[in-house]
Amino acid sequence: MSPDFLNLIEVILNGLMAGIMYALVALGFVLIFKASGIFNYAQGVMALFAALTLVGFQTGQVPFAHLINAIFGTNVHHWGDGMNTFLAILLTMGVMILFAWLVERFVLKHLVNQEPIILFMATIGLAFFMEGFGDLMWGADIKNMDVGLPSGGSFWWEDVTKTWAAEGAEYYGMYIDVLDVWAAGIAILLVIALTLFSQYTKTGRALRAVADDHQAALTVGISLRSIWVVVWSIAGFVALVAGIMWGSKSGVQFSLSLIALKALPVLILGGFTSIPGAIIGGLIIGVGEKLFEYTIGGMIGGATENWFAYVLALFFLMFRPQGLFGERIIERV
Amino acid sequence: MFYREAGDFKTSYASDQQTFPIKLDRYFVWGVLAIAFLVIPFVINDYWEKSVLVPFLVWAMAALGLNILTGYCGQVSLGTGGFMAVGAYACYKLMVAFPEMNMFLVVILAGLITAMVGIAFGLPSLRIKGFYLAVATLAAQFFLVWLFNKVPWFYNYSASGQISAPERTVFDIAVTGPNAPPWATYLFCLILVVVFAYVARNLTRGRTGRSWMAIRDMDIAAEIIGVPPLQAKLSAFAISSFYIGMSGAMFFAIYLGSAEPTEAFGIDKSFLVLFMVIVGGLGSILGSFLGAAFMILIPVLLKNIMVGVLGWPADLAAHIEFLLIGALIMIFLIAEPHGLAQLWRVTKEKLRLWPFPH
Repeated sequence: MSPDFLNLIEVILNGLMAGIMYALVALGFVLIFKASGIFNYAQGVMALFAALTLVGFQTGQVPFAHLINAIFGTNVHHWGDGMNTFLAILLTMGVMILFAWLVERFVLKHLVNQEPIILFMATIGLAFFMEGFGDLMWGADIKNMDVGLPSGGSFWWEDVTKTWAAEGAEYYGMYIDVLDVWAAGIAILLVIALTLFSQYTKTGRALRAVADDHQAALTVGISLRSIWVVVWSIAGFVALVAGIMWGSKSGVQFSLSLIALKALPVLILGGFTSIPGAIIGGLIIGVGEKLFEYTIGGMIGGATENWFAYVLALFFLMFRPQGLFGERIIERV
Repeated sequence: MFYREAGDFKTSYASDQQTFPIKLDRYFVWGVLAIAFLVIPFVINDYWEKSVLVPFLVWAMAALGLNILTGYCGQVSLGTGGFMAVGAYACYKLMVAFPEMNMFLVVILAGLITAMVGIAFGLPSLRIKGFYLAVATLAAQFFLVWLFNKVPWFYNYSASGQISAPERTVFDIAVTGPNAPPWATYLFCLILVVVFAYVARNLTRGRTGRSWMAIRDMDIAAEIIGVPPLQAKLSAFAISSFYIGMSGAMFFAIYLGSAEPTEAFGIDKSFLVLFMVIVGGLGSILGSFLGAAFMILIPVLLKNIMVGVLGWPADLAAHIEFLLIGALIMIFLIAEPHGLAQLWRVTKEKLRLWPFPH
């Protein structure tokens, strides 16, 4: 095979990996949208917050150290050597569940029956709030996330692909980040787990009932409020997974919350209500933007990844406004 | 007792249909304008100009624009930053190409150019709505900022990739560049904002505004009763972009002086304007001003209290500011979804009946 062709394959593979990462964030959106009709802009910030909290627990930071120091003139920063990664993940999950409960109690409860766009803007407010809160709690510096996942290029894959190149061609093998492969595996596990949960457990069935019809769910005795807490907790869990993956890949920093924006075109492509749609939409966006950058991007100045996903989604919308797998939008007067 | 419409008799159609039909409203507006035009220019100093008044006017213009699109026509846009960038770059190119041109004309032309770009990006709104449209406008935001970064023609091939405003005048008084006196820049912005706020107010009272509101309330129903969605939506996009373009031009030429697209016109600016519109009140001209004032003053106030009085570090203050702004947005949406303008309306209603509310 010629090196050009192999390069193309490498680009596509890396695009698929990037797409899985987008899909991880998009999953959280879909879960909340299905169950409550809320388009949760704060999903990206939730991932950031979860990652910050996890690192904070792991390294044993004192929460609000900065604020405490400013008020009392002390100089606290760590309370010890930190804790076991597994324990830290459990604790972070606890924090996310608490957060879900607080959101339901103080925000969503008061916004029932508001227009979707009002709810959307409320989640933008929530995103700002959490961003400020996360930074206030754990500090805004870029942190390293290490939960023991391997990372770096795979030499094995490099060697294998080297043999594919034509005899005598200048080709040095493909680069695949092991972490991305792990992310892909974890994403697949997550989707299987979510599907099993929603198909075979009592709560899962209640979730699907709520997604189907709020009022009908209420009449058969499903508590909407507790379902919302459950959904936001699950979304918090997905955010935690996404936060771990993105955090291990590029450090825990503010730009993590911007992946929420990247997840929007993914959702548009896949449809807001479909879990497989989120995955496939993510893959299409990931491959699409990498391919575009590789083939055309260089000619027009590069860095096209910033906008390509949105423009792709825009063109897509023109032909199929409900997304690939979304339910058909029917409007009545 | 103070605020009455009783006894204010109209004897002609013109007086019945004037911009502010209630006498006290009229006096109030004239009073505010008198202070803004006759008092503030004589007492203004550099600090007030740079950190309060000029940014307030610039963002009020942007909020007016977004309010026309989102508040009146119901099309949510997250592309405000991108459209402001179009206005800024159009303004820059015009300033460089026609040094003799009056700055008012430059800003208005920049607005017109932005209006055309706005129409182009508004086309998808005919087919998609709601969140989907919001994402489509994100395409405008990221694409436009990228374009101004990557195409050297826009920044006249300058080495730094920045654009900076040369000194330009209105009737031989400098309004841009480092030598412009505070009162001149302030008055320049004030005149534009007052004139176009008046235009916006009357647009929204008339046929155009009513067709926007019909589209906002339910576009299918509006179409059935004969409001053309194509015209209504595209005119909203065009006029909204016109305002936002002018605000971008003022933001760059008067306030910043020099700009770099990613920093000055990023997505955070889109959110800032959206917050102004929410806090001020969707579908209210007064609300645009109140929202802009609120969002400009709160950070200044918080910073002065936390850094100045309490002596906390600046980054801590910035985090708390984020937290408070987020909380305020949620509180507003929960407690008063119609924003500050609604509070004002309620106050007026109370005043009409005061002191005998029953």
